[in-house]
Amino acid sequence: MPKDLLRHNETWLVLLIVVIGAGIAAANPAFLSFENLAGLLKSYSMVGIMAVGVLVVLILSGSPDVSFTAIAQVVEYGVAVATLAWGGNIFLALLAAGAAGALLGAVNGAVVHFFRVPTIIVTIATFNVYFGMLYVITKGKLINVVHPMFREFGSTLLFAQTSAIGGRYGLSLMPLVWLAAALLGWFILRRTLLGRSIYAIGGNEVAAERMGMNLLRTRLFAFGFIGLLSGVAAVVHLSIVQSVVPNIIVGKELEVIAAVVLGGASVFGGKGSVLGAVLGVLLFAVLGNGLTLLGISPYWYNVAIGVVITVAITNSAYQRLRRERARVHVRVEA
Amino acid sequence: MNEFLRLEKIHKSFAGVHALKGVDFDLRQGEVHCLVGENGSGKSTIIKIISGVLQPDTGRILVEGRPVEHLGSAGTMARGIQVIYQDLSLFPNLTVAENIALPEIRERGGRIVDWGRVKTVARAAMERIRVELDLDAEVGELPIGVQQLVAICRALTSDLKLLILDEPTASLNDRDIANLLAVVRDLQAHGIAVLFVSHKLNEVFAVAERITIFRDGEKVATLPPAELDEDRLVSLMTGRTLEKRRFTFADGAARTALEVRGLSLRNSFEDVSFALRAGEIVGLTGLRGSGRTELALALFGIRPAERGEILVDGRPARIRSVQDAVGAGIAYVPENRLVQGLVMKHSVAANATAAILDRLLGPLGLVDPARRAEAAAHWIKTLGVKVSDPAVAVQTLSGGNQQKVVIGKWLATEPRILILDSPTVGVDVGAKSTIHDHVRGLAARGMAVLLITDEVSEAVANANRILIMRAGRIRGELGTAGVEADQVQRLVEARA
Repeated sequence: MPKDLLRHNETWLVLLIVVIGAGIAAANPAFLSFENLAGLLKSYSMVGIMAVGVLVVLILSGSPDVSFTAIAQVVEYGVAVATLAWGGNIFLALLAAGAAGALLGAVNGAVVHFFRVPTIIVTIATFNVYFGMLYVITKGKLINVVHPMFREFGSTLLFAQTSAIGGRYGLSLMPLVWLAAALLGWFILRRTLLGRSIYAIGGNEVAAERMGMNLLRTRLFAFGFIGLLSGVAAVVHLSIVQSVVPNIIVGKELEVIAAVVLGGASVFGGKGSVLGAVLGVLLFAVLGNGLTLLGISPYWYNVAIGVVITVAITNSAYQRLRRERARVHVRVEA
Repeated sequence: MNEFLRLEKIHKSFAGVHALKGVDFDLRQGEVHCLVGENGSGKSTIIKIISGVLQPDTGRILVEGRPVEHLGSAGTMARGIQVIYQDLSLFPNLTVAENIALPEIRERGGRIVDWGRVKTVARAAMERIRVELDLDAEVGELPIGVQQLVAICRALTSDLKLLILDEPTASLNDRDIANLLAVVRDLQAHGIAVLFVSHKLNEVFAVAERITIFRDGEKVATLPPAELDEDRLVSLMTGRTLEKRRFTFADGAARTALEVRGLSLRNSFEDVSFALRAGEIVGLTGLRGSGRTELALALFGIRPAERGEILVDGRPARIRSVQDAVGAGIAYVPENRLVQGLVMKHSVAANATAAILDRLLGPLGLVDPARRAEAAAHWIKTLGVKVSDPAVAVQTLSGGNQQKVVIGKWLATEPRILILDSPTVGVDVGAKSTIHDHVRGLAARGMAVLLITDEVSEAVANANRILIMRAGRIRGELGTAGVEADQVQRLVEARA
């Protein structure tokens, strides 16, 4: 069994997180404080939620969606404006954001399906359309004051405590939204026929079609799902920062995709797990936080991420090569 | 025995090409029926019509005595007809259990997947053909023979009445083929009819109760194997009698073109020594996994040997790369022409001249299109590649013609030593005999040929000597004069 466990990418990620975490904790015990860890989870919630969506599309298409940050950006702006105009409550805001995101995402799915264009190409195009339209319409104007519901949602704390200098800290609701997204993603991928179709299409599209799977519906779902999660992530982001800078989310897409790939999703499609995607994001979180706590320049963050990804990807490619070699192995007699 | 399926006067045309010309065909319940014919004879079209992928232009289809208006893919499955295509249509990223159970779960399982049921369904299917597979193994990691069994198990999860196997053995080794044929007989014992398409005539004779022969879109005959022998079958398929003449080589004074001494590569082959004279065809045979392909790759510098010597024309040759091998006058036609030998989306002309571009340069050091077209036309003509226009993509050609293009690509380099790895796998009998004739012609012009093949009979008929490889070593060498294929086969399969 332990040997079986070691074959799983997830096990290695946990070990890596523990080792890096232990190193950081040894240098700065503040790393392991509830305050720090809770803050860490909160600040990576948006990335974590998006990662679940990225995973689903990557499994299906074997090519990443890169438009989801633009979708989140558009939805964030739209929700901020709409709630200021019409009010409402946070559930309504989440619902509307999810629906709008799903719609924008489904457009990608339809284009990918009907024009047989690779996901990455389609989503580079829609990224520019969505993000460009946002600037055309808003002229890039910042929104400095948003509806108070977001502050309320973003600052609600579970297990709230007061720090030595008088600040309040505790577990924010944001990581719970992330947890919910992950559980939903896990349930869909692992336990529903729809989820298994996503894996099947990612593994062998022709065979899936021959089996009578509905490619269009599955694609609309997967791309709608990443859109929905991007919309939700936008509300989470808005609740944390309580202002809208129309280019603050875009640019994050490569980090999210990298976390998902680090989590074991295949860039050729058909493979990956929600647990892996969550762990990938957590590893990034620990790395980023560690650099801060150790007083290292944040510029090193990208370098560290790059190194980790290179090691992870070359390792999995190397494993594959070894397996292939083992398959042609001739047992030479003495 | 009751009739399961009947086709009457089926016509089908594609863009003016009359692929099926009024075909009548019938299939009984629980029979093993083999379909043979050359590429383009119409057997793929008939399979597609039976499986509901294509609709006939005119004609009637009856399943269990009832006329069927429209056999769509779903309709065929509902009638208990399943096809296993050559590519198997499996999901390499999913487990054995899920691959087997997925269609059944989709049919009856609802929207939520019950993993316990997935395993139950898979186990039940495996029990029906008495195979045991690791349910949790990922299918992509399994050898092709096991994957085939997974595909058959998957078909068995439905109420199967007719299983169509489209060239199931093309990429299997001998043991897997024996397994598969046993499974086919087992299916038959369960009352399931099997329609078996194959180019390998010995299997057809081993397994068929009736054989239907197609030629040029028409059914030539349906006969029990007892009324046929291989020669008669081939002449019915090709419409001509193929001359069966053994290759002989008499020139004992010919120079040694290639000599190998003590060649070794870890985990591939060990202490391999042999010599090849100009004008000789030497067969190299052995089971898959015996190291024969690895040896060929080493001779061609793809995966160079670690120890030992290679001598070309008596002089030591240092072969560490493909460039070295080509420079030494060695050409290699790989086993898997689709993956290793051709760029499928490129034109016939581009593929045929890919290895000699450096000789087709114009004044600016760029490839001269006119010279390239000339060279391509030469090889298309020499090898008799059936193609309307050298500019069409290679993937549109039949298997035999693709094989000719690969051979042409390497012959263009004017090699003195030609290594052919399984040159006729997946090629129909007519094209096979054409390829054999070409190889013999090359030997007659002084080329030394190393013919690697699974099929012992191919080596016996077309080589003057045979090297038998087993577990990475050359375990025997014999002249083919007066030797029968089954004698050699025993040596190949013998345990050391």
